[in-house]
Amino acid sequence: MVRTALAVLVIDENRIRAAIIEAGLREAGHERVTVIHDVTGIARRIAEIEPDVIVIDLENPNRDMLENMFQLSRAVKRPIAMFVDRSDQASIEAAVDAGVSAYVVDGLRQERVKPILDMAVSRFNAFSRMARELEEVRGELESRKVIDRAKGILMKSRGLSEEAAYTLLRKTAMNQNRKIGDIAQSLVTAAGLLGPAEDE
Amino acid sequence: MSMTAEHQITAGFMPLFDSAVLVAAGELGFAAQEGIDLKLHRETSWANIRDRIAIGHFHLAHMLGPMPLACNLGLTPLASETIVPFSLGLGGNCVTISNAVWAGMAAHGAEADLDPARAGAALGALIRERAAAGGDPLRFAVVHPHSGHNYELRYWLAACGIDPRQEIEIVIVPPPFMADALAAGRIDGYCVGEPWNSAAVAAGTGHIVTVKARIWRNSPEKVIGVRKAWADENPEALAALLRALHHSARWCQDPANHGELAGVMAQAGFLGLPPTVQMPILTGHLQLGGGAERTIDDFFLPFDKAANFPWKSHALWFYTQMVRWGHVAHTPENLAIARDCYRPDLYRSALKPLGVALPGANSKVEGALQIATAVGATGAGLVLGPDGFFDGQIFDPDEIDAYITGQKFAEI
Repeated sequence: MVRTALAVLVIDENRIRAAIIEAGLREAGHERVTVIHDVTGIARRIAEIEPDVIVIDLENPNRDMLENMFQLSRAVKRPIAMFVDRSDQASIEAAVDAGVSAYVVDGLRQERVKPILDMAVSRFNAFSRMARELEEVRGELESRKVIDRAKGILMKSRGLSEEAAYTLLRKTAMNQNRKIGDIAQSLVTAAGLLGPAEDE
Repeated sequence: MSMTAEHQITAGFMPLFDSAVLVAAGELGFAAQEGIDLKLHRETSWANIRDRIAIGHFHLAHMLGPMPLACNLGLTPLASETIVPFSLGLGGNCVTISNAVWAGMAAHGAEADLDPARAGAALGALIRERAAAGGDPLRFAVVHPHSGHNYELRYWLAACGIDPRQEIEIVIVPPPFMADALAAGRIDGYCVGEPWNSAAVAAGTGHIVTVKARIWRNSPEKVIGVRKAWADENPEALAALLRALHHSARWCQDPANHGELAGVMAQAGFLGLPPTVQMPILTGHLQLGGGAERTIDDFFLPFDKAANFPWKSHALWFYTQMVRWGHVAHTPENLAIARDCYRPDLYRSALKPLGVALPGANSKVEGALQIATAVGATGAGLVLGPDGFFDGQIFDPDEIDAYITGQKFAEI
């Protein structure tokens, strides 16, 4: 049975995530993929592209506008429905949890669409994981800077070597069962409060 | 998370001022006093709220009044049965138009007095003048097809002899984008809640031509939509929440608290807009554009005039408009679904222990009260109305068939 390639439209204001989705779709053999970041004039674009499947992120405030447009036959030549297979509650939950939603042209068979949604869900999850890790790395860098400042304060006020200052911070953190970054932050804050006013 | 809370409730809301009663219930301790740990989640679209209610992420949410009806009538994807045991207020919306349209309307007799009939006549004359000159139809925006905004805009236009299906275009724009879309010329006007009307006036890019409170005074707007499956299994948690919302609404109505309320709503996690922007909806004193200003009676009521009572006649009026504009067919089955969606019985049973004034009826004839009227109720001191439609029509829910067939431009 010959199947025409599905036209997939990805609407995502986040360019990095959109690129990740697009790459995933292409790896899966989908060649007719279009990515839109800005929904201005989208009715015309949809009429041109005639997508079979539309993937959109749930953060997008334009979902209400898009759903309304999908229901108006004059804006999009073919009616588009939300991807809903009532028997597959788990897959709906996975999509909402991941922050993605999909719409398909009426009559398109679920088994042709499901792999696309599954792929979008896993890529959205991978993106969230990446963003979280990036945030952690940022936090770590930030905490290193604070530790350096705390060390400097100890070296100056107590005449310690850098190594001794670090050891003192680490020992205090262990004794109080707190993170060394937190101890350093407390010290920097306290030094700021106690220090000369012109430092403010 | 409070370990002592008896009930854990998760609720969604959109960053609009009329989520205030729900937000204040969570932020100012009204929920905690009823033993509820209320978690509030800000959302970015009504579609997200619908989806998260459907899959059980939210137990309940701030919703557009017609939205639970649309869910139960099967008009939206991924809907789940949703009931309305509480209304979040009356009024609060305006119709705002571009400076160019205002100039055109002024040339046809419009004045900055918010009179819906005068403004509608001027707009109709402008629309016909444009059509005769071969111009494009004016484009208006509302926030959602199943919204009070869409239905009151259409009601106003139709009552002024303008066919909203043929003579103008209606598109959907998210509330925070309305003023920008107007300034950029992508739309010519819109109907939305505050503060998104005052925002265009403040920017010098729009004029407020009429308000919800003048089109249909003391009319329904946002509600608390509750996932029915959760409500059935957790009647005590729901009753506790309704009491918390009642206390919150009473607090929100009191002018002495408006400054603090505006401060709460100004926080980044809620509206994220300066408190000053939120004062027009609280005071009812609006700048209309071009230096004109007006104070509007009953502009937005979060509590007074039984604002929280989920009247079945409100739900049924929304239903008549859904039928009118071809959103749903008028059948006995659909009418029964619309009749069962709003739940005054749950409101009444939850609030009864408080000994407060409660309407005795579940429905009322809408538009019948010419003046504020004390009504028969349990408890003391309940005042309703005036509740007139600007065109003098009356909606009697017992005569719903006649009302539906008598509507101008009805798609039936």
